[in-house]
Amino acid sequence: MITVIDCGAGNIGSIINTLTSLGMDFTVTADPVGIAEASALLLPGVGAAGAGMRNLKARRLDGIIRKRVADGVPTLGICLGMQLLFDRSQEDDASCLGILAGNVVRFNERQKVPQIGWNTVTANDENVRARRLFDGVSGRQCYFVNSYYPIPADPNIVAATTDYGMVFASAVATDNIFATQFHPEKSGRAGIQLLLNFRKEYL
Amino acid sequence: MTTKRIIPCLDMTEGKVVKGIQFVSFRDAGDPVTLAKKYNAEGADELVFLDITATVENRPILLDVVRDTAKAVTIPFSVGGGVRSVEDMRQLLRAGADKVSVNTGAVTNPALITNCANAFGSQCVVLSLDAKEVAPGRWNAYINGGTKDSGLSAIDWATEAAGLGAGEILLTSIDRDGTKTGFETELTRQVSRMVPVPVIASGGAGTTEDFVSVFRDGEADAALAASLFHFKEVTIPELKRFLAQSGIPVREDL
Repeated sequence: MITVIDCGAGNIGSIINTLTSLGMDFTVTADPVGIAEASALLLPGVGAAGAGMRNLKARRLDGIIRKRVADGVPTLGICLGMQLLFDRSQEDDASCLGILAGNVVRFNERQKVPQIGWNTVTANDENVRARRLFDGVSGRQCYFVNSYYPIPADPNIVAATTDYGMVFASAVATDNIFATQFHPEKSGRAGIQLLLNFRKEYL
Repeated sequence: MTTKRIIPCLDMTEGKVVKGIQFVSFRDAGDPVTLAKKYNAEGADELVFLDITATVENRPILLDVVRDTAKAVTIPFSVGGGVRSVEDMRQLLRAGADKVSVNTGAVTNPALITNCANAFGSQCVVLSLDAKEVAPGRWNAYINGGTKDSGLSAIDWATEAAGLGAGEILLTSIDRDGTKTGFETELTRQVSRMVPVPVIASGGAGTTEDFVSVFRDGEADAALAASLFHFKEVTIPELKRFLAQSGIPVREDL
């Protein structure tokens, strides 16, 4: 059972549609108790970092998320949900959850910002877990909508990279966290494969 | 780098997909869910859904139809029509939209763009701009479903909206809409060079060559078409093959 954290800032409709179509059990909560009892967490999608953190704090979800992730609960972060796992974001100069070491910064203006569209995701082959997670996905295109990207302090957690004028970490993976800057739930068949790989690896 | 996107558009009224010419003389093009599934399977890079009569009929968008259509796709889904407030946008996102486009509501209240971007992020706020040539080489933004001149220059308004927080510009040429005479490449290029955000060209697609020129000469990031796809004059797979052969980067892997 995956507990989808509803932080009120973004779209959970599309991830719910995808989980439903894959037959993955899930529940949606905006309640600390729901998170305290979760066996797996999903921190979703779209939104701005400042508003995202404010919403988590207003619902007193930040502390319990930190605790459960630290306890080793399998966690999937998507887009803003990935960024919020890091220390700080340049967006709104927001202080984030601080679960992963590193900061989230804005793309430079040599490219169009936001990055909107399909871009190639390449697995970090030096990372065995990344190879499994991106099996059948590496080298294919996934859907991105982002102005900011994370720079993990620990390069070993980089699971995949993408080139948008410069190469950035488009996915990270640890023993219990998998997070993607792109939207697997919006990435056609490649995204579906990735979510199935996540289930196999972590759930 | 990102590929050039091909986006079928569902112009909706009363729960049905319709297609007009220059924003009038609509004909029925079918059921939104059926079309959405078909385009999703064919390799569309995104789906746009516009409730084209919500503003003029002064009513909210049909959320049930948005919800059903969202369920049918595994690609990004952008919705617009009659959006006036942050709350309208929240409801659409909750119904399964990934992005929401604003048009008349943003012209009458530009702060709507900033408020929505602050609440949900720029990346899900699309400025939908319906442009009409009012003098040779001069385009104005029209509102109320293309019926009213806002008095704003299309290029100035696109630039201002991007500054206010719009993450993408959906640029439709009213003059070209449904005519199949090709995209308004000149306007598209001018807007694309002025704004730092992606531009979706819309209106006038008639042949596969039109897409090559709007990407190459118009410098568009994405191109949108409706009747061409609805009435099967060009299919998305054959369009993408043609673009790839012409050296335009597209997503062919579904």
